[in-house]
Amino acid sequence: MKENDTTNEMITGSEALIRSLIAEGVSTIFGYPGGAIMPVFDALYDCKDRIRHILVRHEQGAVHAAEGYARASKKVGVALVTSGPGATNAITGITDALMDSTPLVVISGQVTSSLLGSDAFQEADVIGITQPITKWAYQIRRPEDIAWAVSRAFYIASSGRPGPVVLDIAKDAQTGKCNFSYEKTIFLRSYEPIPEIDHEQIEAAADLINQAKKPFALVGQGVTLGNAENELRAFLEKADIPFGSTILGLSAMPSDHPLNCGMLGMHGNIATNIKTNECDVLIAIGMRFDDRVTGDLNTYAKQAKVIHFDIDRAEINKNVKVDVKVLGDVKQTLPKVTELVKPAKHTEWIESFKPLYDKEFEYIIRNELYPDSGEIKMGEVVNKVAEATHNEAICVTDVGQHQMMGTRYFKFTQPRSMITSGGLGTMGFGLPAAIGAKYGAPDRTVVVFVGDGGFQMTIQELGTIMENNIDIKIVLLNNNFLGMVRQWQELFFDERYSETHLKNPDFVKIADAYGIKGRKVTQRDELDDAIAEMLSHQGAYLLEVVVETKGMVYPMVPAGGNITNIILGNGYKI
Amino acid sequence: MENKTLYTITIFSENAVGVLNQITTIFTRRQVNIETLSVSPSAIPGIHKFTITALSETEESIKKLVNQIDKQVDILKAFYNTNDELVHQELALYKLSTEKVLEHGSIEYLVRKYNIRVLEISKDCIVFLKAGHYVETQALFEELAEKIGVLQFVRSGRIAITKSPVERLSDMLAKRSEAEERIKESYNKTKE
Repeated sequence: MKENDTTNEMITGSEALIRSLIAEGVSTIFGYPGGAIMPVFDALYDCKDRIRHILVRHEQGAVHAAEGYARASKKVGVALVTSGPGATNAITGITDALMDSTPLVVISGQVTSSLLGSDAFQEADVIGITQPITKWAYQIRRPEDIAWAVSRAFYIASSGRPGPVVLDIAKDAQTGKCNFSYEKTIFLRSYEPIPEIDHEQIEAAADLINQAKKPFALVGQGVTLGNAENELRAFLEKADIPFGSTILGLSAMPSDHPLNCGMLGMHGNIATNIKTNECDVLIAIGMRFDDRVTGDLNTYAKQAKVIHFDIDRAEINKNVKVDVKVLGDVKQTLPKVTELVKPAKHTEWIESFKPLYDKEFEYIIRNELYPDSGEIKMGEVVNKVAEATHNEAICVTDVGQHQMMGTRYFKFTQPRSMITSGGLGTMGFGLPAAIGAKYGAPDRTVVVFVGDGGFQMTIQELGTIMENNIDIKIVLLNNNFLGMVRQWQELFFDERYSETHLKNPDFVKIADAYGIKGRKVTQRDELDDAIAEMLSHQGAYLLEVVVETKGMVYPMVPAGGNITNIILGNGYKI
Repeated sequence: MENKTLYTITIFSENAVGVLNQITTIFTRRQVNIETLSVSPSAIPGIHKFTITALSETEESIKKLVNQIDKQVDILKAFYNTNDELVHQELALYKLSTEKVLEHGSIEYLVRKYNIRVLEISKDCIVFLKAGHYVETQALFEELAEKIGVLQFVRSGRIAITKSPVERLSDMLAKRSEAEERIKESYNKTKE
């Protein structure tokens, strides 16, 4: 289809919507029909060859799937839901996408415009509800507004710092007739997605980096969103700067890169946290100093000069005061700084990370990954799965202990390989996000780690997997507990395990009922075989591994604490 | 209240539905109370101007709040000032009983002292208008309430104008239309 698809014939608003989506290059959408969106589904019926619609089992699943799709594919994820409860069920996913800067267009049906405000059947104030959780939310009441609103929506969702957009379309706008003409939005005067590069900032950053004796970089998802992995690597290698990653920044650089010192934050590696408070220049690249990364801001990197690369002006000085800001798209700004930095070697500084890793390995990692007796550990399962996929899979996780094990122990060789709910911490994210990730990257192996808690929050999406034969590998790490809450109860609530034990169903039987092959593993010696079986199986597979009930995720910086006060567990001290 | 400074936040927005809601949500999330609010079309057609005052202990928190407002897609520009950088004004209307005013017999004194305008006189009531800063309109209210009695009183939100010569929005709009030309040009090139 031509980009400027113009026609003089009158078409319905629903047809205009479908043609607009096609003009934006949309090929896959996730949704669920209902009264107020039926005209759109009817129009979709004629365009099945152009747009594939994946029918989920709950609207939350549609939005998480669209998120997984967007994160794996670099494209905008699209979800299509009905009014009222359809739209309110989408709220969690929309909020998740805002927190994690995921480009989405969520289209909801709305009651006929003459009924708006009358408490009509399945009416909800979707704009009022979604304005605080979107980049833009707009209600369409006339068919002739559909094309430009869709065009604006895709531009806003995908440009600058990406995020979710909601289009709420009244039913009469879907059925009414209009002329159709589509023009891509490339400019809005009130919205400057990418700040202009300021060369003084570039020079100031390069100066600081050139003077640094102990530079340390923090890599965030901004690198992935800006497709700037190569630019980042060139920068870090030229100036010889060790780095740590936020959980959303994890796959921006290969796990085995010599400058990669691991993960930041609450359950991050010891060295990255300790060294944040020892470095002389801290270089934040496309990350937002989330409290799970910084802990107590009053004791965070106080000794360091801070440089902050970001596309979003409002992030500068929001949490951490910076000495030099570098506004812009990292794909552009990083090479400019790289040009000005002198080739350097910080060998001694980089080597000083090693003893801390060795301690972490000795006190925590070895026992988590390579135990020879006792119950199965979460970390050991993650590690074995990663190795069995040659570190080439997309790792999707739900939220909780298994998520932290996934982020700590999965290994990455390719970008866009870590898909997890970072900012909102949404239980139930994993399974539908994995569905979306598979559609977004059909040639890659998609492994999703879920816990027994989060799995049951969106378990109905097994139906979506069944219906569409979606080849994802579900690894259920079952400890019969809400493990992360249990961990906090053990550490901070006097071991009072209030409402965290779960009596669980037979998960393999559930999978079986959906026609999904499943296997339950309780013994360590079955694990390798089961993982091999899962990965060689054609189609979806549920591998349930019964893991240690009282497993703990260490190291741990308690919430709001100094990032160098790290709990190692088992009486160990740094 | 003691250590707080009053900041005036000026916001220019597109005339889009729901902008006020987007703005107030940001105040709510950051736990800043709006003291006064005034909205009207600006001098530039299609652009609305919001003038909001709020008290804050630190400039830092106002700066962050304004950054979040400025980030909204429909907002053209948001900035903040302290009183010394502004000419600002509020309007107040006072309704009094004509009988009581005449009993008191000192309209001339009030008009001279407070620079009041009389908007309406009927046999039942008199309406005064006073423009001024909060302290001025408040002082008049207190004096009238004590000496005569006020039947109704209403005060507008602050309106303000910066003392610098140009409205900063016009610079910004000029820059944006340059940017628009640049972007469209390079877009058309890539299409060819």
